[in-house]
Amino acid sequence: MSAVLAVTEQRGGALRKVSHEVVTGARRLADQLGATVDALVLGAGPVSGSDRLGAFGADKVVTLTGAGLGAYAPEGYARAIADRVKAGGYAAVLFAASATGKDLAPRVAAKLSVGLAADVTDVAAEGGAVIASRPVYAGKAILKVKLTGQPALVSLRPNVFTPVERPKAGAAEMAAVSVAPGRVTVKDVKAATGSLDVGEAPVVISGGRGLKEPANFKLLEDLAKAFGGRAAVGASRAVVDAGWRPHADQVGQTGKTVSPTLYIAVGISGAIQHLAGMRTSKVIVAINKDKDAPIFKVADYGVVGDLFEIVPRLSEEIAKLHA
Amino acid sequence: MRNAALRIAVCIKRVADSETRVRIAADGRSLDEAGVKFILNPYDEFAVEEALQRKEKAGAGEVVVLALGGPAAQETIRTALAMGADRGILLQTDRVPADGLETAKALAAELKAGGPWDLVLFGKIAIDDYNHQVGPMVAELLDLPCVTAAAHLDLADGNGTAEREIEGGVEVVEFPLPAVITADKGLNEPRYPALKGIMAAKKKPLEVKPISPGAGGVEVLAMTPPPERKEGRIVGEGAGAVPELLRILREEAKVL
Repeated sequence: MSAVLAVTEQRGGALRKVSHEVVTGARRLADQLGATVDALVLGAGPVSGSDRLGAFGADKVVTLTGAGLGAYAPEGYARAIADRVKAGGYAAVLFAASATGKDLAPRVAAKLSVGLAADVTDVAAEGGAVIASRPVYAGKAILKVKLTGQPALVSLRPNVFTPVERPKAGAAEMAAVSVAPGRVTVKDVKAATGSLDVGEAPVVISGGRGLKEPANFKLLEDLAKAFGGRAAVGASRAVVDAGWRPHADQVGQTGKTVSPTLYIAVGISGAIQHLAGMRTSKVIVAINKDKDAPIFKVADYGVVGDLFEIVPRLSEEIAKLHA
Repeated sequence: MRNAALRIAVCIKRVADSETRVRIAADGRSLDEAGVKFILNPYDEFAVEEALQRKEKAGAGEVVVLALGGPAAQETIRTALAMGADRGILLQTDRVPADGLETAKALAAELKAGGPWDLVLFGKIAIDDYNHQVGPMVAELLDLPCVTAAAHLDLADGNGTAEREIEGGVEVVEFPLPAVITADKGLNEPRYPALKGIMAAKKKPLEVKPISPGAGGVEVLAMTPPPERKEGRIVGEGAGAVPELLRILREEAKVL
């Protein structure tokens, strides 16, 4: 029976949530291929949270441990994964299209000499072949591709594959591997001020020029707080270029691509380059004083008016829901 | 920084401007290029700028730009030459492979033949196909260390330090040269080509080498418009619309 490999991610010895999405995507593909799912965990030692991967669809959790596998390092990780893939004879290998996955998946693809469908929003099997759909041209078109190599390599856009839990535990396999140190080493990770990244938060509240000045982003931070730790504050290119907000918060073509459950655009007109970064959000709400702003064309729900009145009221009502 | 001449290669791409209205060609698998404005990929501008600044700082060296594409990509190379690059190479083919690995193989072969390099630079992503893979694939094929999406770069004594954004933070990485770096926004402020540069670029060497890249393992089945978002609606005006918005988000959209 063939198998699909889901490459998970950990930081500091704890599994990252995006791993649940990768395993969920792998499960869905494996069911169509009539295959099983191996979840691959790499770390210096046991990784916390890996025992829960069975619940997201892994038939087996394979943990590779080695001194060089603590913090992410591209060469050692790529080598360890490529070796495992060769030994396991997988039909497909799935990654997250996260900062790490975008760095790692191409190296593994080149090592295995197979094609990679990157940042996909859908993956399926048709007639035994792996088919992936990926947004191109700033999300203005979808490219459907067939991967003809073996294995098929795919990276999944974060937040698109909603994790599905099922009542089943997977088997676990632990193997120590010796990985030669790579040349690129992580010296330090400087944590950002906000605890949640806009690329991963289930709720994103983004602000634009309509906020008038940087200090007014406090309104959006208050709204984010009202969501009880589930929301992150994003920004348009205009306000990042103006130095109001850090680039890490920018949503759009030259910033991050986000697909949260709920996206709230506040005082953002909706330039194409911004839409490129958020049009795959599940529900979009726009708050803008200009009823003709292009953002209302992609928004599911709009409120026209003064954001300085609307946002505080929204924070108040959301806080009540969570009280 | 040691004062030695630097040899830097920058791999660039001609892409459709992000403001382009996308029409799908009659084959149902590609962009209808009629009326489309093409530009130097914006992230590649950061890569070209970085190469120029590094060479200027070293006081000597060479910046070579490489592109893979049709004859029109010569214009894109001229743009980089106008910014200040010394010479260009076009790996000319009418078909840019859908498989990034095939592009990477062609670039890696040319880089190998023209090397050694101190640095090989790319943009972190091309804004047309969003593949973000050719840079690290070239690194793998050439067995070079690679840092993707670098927003800050320091080089000294044959070693480098780079910063790259990761979820919820910034990763600081160290690596030895030569290396492959893919450039993110924030790395620098790309210069605009001055008239003098544009004139000079016309006389700079641009070598055209026909190639026939392989088909690779990615076959394009179809290009389609994105799924239409359901027609949105204006819930109301002003703060008074907030309770109704919340009701909708809770009961209809079920996201609260």
